[in-house]
Amino acid sequence: MPDADRTALLDHHIAFLDALREAGLPVSLAEGLDAARATTMVEPLDRESLRTAYAATVLKRQGHRPLFDELFDLWFPRAIGEGRGDERQRQEPRVEVTGGRAAPEDARAMRAELAELLFEGDDAGLRQLASEAVARFGEIGGGSAGNASGRGGAASAGTGGTRGKAAGASTGARSWSPNAALDALTPRTLLAGLLRSDAGRDEFAQSLARRAYRERIARFERVVNAEARRRIAEDRGADATAKSVVRPPLDQIDLIGASQAELAALRREIYPLARRLATKKSMKRKRGGAGVLDFRRTIRASLATGGVPVNTRHRPRRPHKPELVVLCDVSSSVASFARFGLLLVYALSEQFSAVRSFAFVDTVEEVTPHFTAADDVADAIYRMEQGLSMRLMGGGTNYGRVFTRFDEHYADAITPKTTLLVLGDARANYVDPAAATFAGLVRRAKHAYWLNPEPRGNWGSGDSAAPTYAEVVEMIECRSMAQLADFVRDLE
Amino acid sequence: MPESELPSASPAFDSPGEVAKRLSEVNYLAESDIATTVFLAERLGKPLLVEGPAGVGKTELAKAVAAATDADLIRLQCYEGLDEARALYEWNYSKQLLRIQAAGSDATWEKTHDDIFTDEFLLARPLLRAIRRDDPTVLLIDETDKADIEIEGLLLEVLSDFQITIPELGTVQAARRPFVVLTSNATRELSEALKRRCLYLHLDYPTRERERDIVVARVPGIEATLVDQLVEVVATLRTLELKKVPSIAETVDWARTLLALGTSTMDESAIRSTLGVVLKHQSDQLRAAKELGLPCAGR
Ligand SMILES: Nc1ncnc2c1ncn2[C@@H]1O[C@H](COP(=O)(O)OP(=O)(O)O)[C@@H](O)[C@H]1O
Ligand SMILES: [Mg+2]
Repeated sequence: MPDADRTALLDHHIAFLDALREAGLPVSLAEGLDAARATTMVEPLDRESLRTAYAATVLKRQGHRPLFDELFDLWFPRAIGEGRGDERQRQEPRVEVTGGRAAPEDARAMRAELAELLFEGDDAGLRQLASEAVARFGEIGGGSAGNASGRGGAASAGTGGTRGKAAGASTGARSWSPNAALDALTPRTLLAGLLRSDAGRDEFAQSLARRAYRERIARFERVVNAEARRRIAEDRGADATAKSVVRPPLDQIDLIGASQAELAALRREIYPLARRLATKKSMKRKRGGAGVLDFRRTIRASLATGGVPVNTRHRPRRPHKPELVVLCDVSSSVASFARFGLLLVYALSEQFSAVRSFAFVDTVEEVTPHFTAADDVADAIYRMEQGLSMRLMGGGTNYGRVFTRFDEHYADAITPKTTLLVLGDARANYVDPAAATFAGLVRRAKHAYWLNPEPRGNWGSGDSAAPTYAEVVEMIECRSMAQLADFVRDLE
Repeated sequence: MPESELPSASPAFDSPGEVAKRLSEVNYLAESDIATTVFLAERLGKPLLVEGPAGVGKTELAKAVAAATDADLIRLQCYEGLDEARALYEWNYSKQLLRIQAAGSDATWEKTHDDIFTDEFLLARPLLRAIRRDDPTVLLIDETDKADIEIEGLLLEVLSDFQITIPELGTVQAARRPFVVLTSNATRELSEALKRRCLYLHLDYPTRERERDIVVARVPGIEATLVDQLVEVVATLRTLELKKVPSIAETVDWARTLLALGTSTMDESAIRSTLGVVLKHQSDQLRAAKELGLPCAGR
């Protein structure tokens, strides 16, 4: 390899590592060197091998993976037309192709292929097809003919790609639209044909199949979206995009603004997270220093060393488990936040000696029984929502009334052993916040905390009574799952 | 430092493709990223940290590498409270005591001391055993996240220099580097320093294609169409919010059960009567039944 090429390659490598570091991946010097060596050991023109070589050496946390992939795709763009092997032999079509009457002529063949891939559940094939669909039908604006062939060989596979160049310079307003691609293919209209191909099977098998096809179609749509995003980024140039594509990892996502998909992903993370937290909590308790000397066990152990008590034995320290009372704002503005709080607290309920929980919007109700009856927290939350007599949607939270009611009806819940936890945004809808009553509750508890999902800068704006409450209780900004987890972990 | 970067004696594999092929010969079906990472770890002479949920084939990967390279597997199973004496070595006190008594009173203490701090009285634990071997070895440090954080310091030392100093005996230097695999279920983050020493591989639930192949390889005699349906149902289950998501091991168990029962298709009754094989929690069974549209499974 000529020296000039080698230097260019090395520059590219270093720039990529810099981008990773800038995005928050802690790549050390030694890891960078490992990566450089690893890349020389794999097939240089095979982009996925190259990706693996980098991932193995510089990526040490799965949480960083999406970020890593996004940056890798920018720095090592796919070559035109790459990915779809022409060697793929199409067998006899097995699926009836439905819908798509308005589809452009050249989309017909692709729809037929899509139907087959959906039928087989061929993920790799679907990804390739998504990429081709965006290239063919996803281009909008820029005065181009809507055909990817005009792009020229901007990028090549593997290490050869020139950073930040792509085709961006030549086009003004060109962009990529996932919807344009999906409109051409109308994947959802293929469902009827897919289902018909299963007509012979029993009802249950059909319902499973329907579920599977829906899921695959949704997956295909997601890949098309991602592919369009990737192309937009590519056009803008890797350098310019690197900063803007950097999305926070899942556990850093703002709980108030999270999308449905993100919330679903977060819910799936709850149990693993709870397990990690439980491990940490119990480890921490154990490390809390040895308890009093256990005389009998020390003597017994000393028999192994000829009666000399080399190792002393101690009684475990009495684990300190707090008694928790959780007050949750379940109004629509903060519902997902409160739910995650409850999920986490109950998923960890073994770590507390007792948990009582109360939900509120305009009034307050105890919801503890829903959680003790079911051993599935997600179910309990669902049942809680069904069971609540108050309006969940639309109604504004009335913090003042809630605290007053709570004080009247559930005063006994708070004892000198209680840790009181309020989850809510403290938006009091301009009614009297009953701060004195709340202060009374706080005073009776051993500890009290208020977790507020709003950014601290917004506390006090509009109808927020946060500053008023913050005078009497420790109010903590808690916007992401990571912050929530940190708080629960340290809760004593 | 340069010494510690020496790769093991002679490369075990020529290419990632060869890794995949040799692993599949011992019934471990590896996707290309797995094969490539194993290849790189071996070539770079670095430990491989495999992280991922339970039952996705982390432990099995280490075993398969051992089998594929004709190496012996030495396993250090981690647990809370694991200490140096169990990981590295300890002196066999009772045997030493016996020797002291047998030596009688005329023997000098120096002499006895030299006698009893010899190899004969040393109980070598997995790390030391792995370092001392001359033959090809795979050292599996399993479920590292279960050990206390202090043990990571010890691992870091051993995995940096591949030497162990025993004050009474001197330093033992690895004659031949073992191929090291650490696994973790990620119940906690391992220390940055340890991670930096290792190559990293995240193992996740397999693609449908791979899971299909694994089941076919592990459960001879099972019908391909049944496997397709089974894998599809498991993939669906994994999208639900469950306490314990079914792993590869459970898919394989499920396949065995269905084969034993002579099931030919995954219909409602087949699933209902065997769901307990894959979902151990009652609440998970109920949730799955609801989502899959089974009237009252899991009873
Ligand atoms: N790639 C694979 N090829 C074949 N079998 C596999 C593979 N991965 C996992 N298995 C099966 O899954 C089982 C569980 O894997 P194991 O290594 O014990 O999981 P882990 O250590 O990740 O918890 C193995 O016994 C094996 O039967
Ligand atoms: Mg294991």
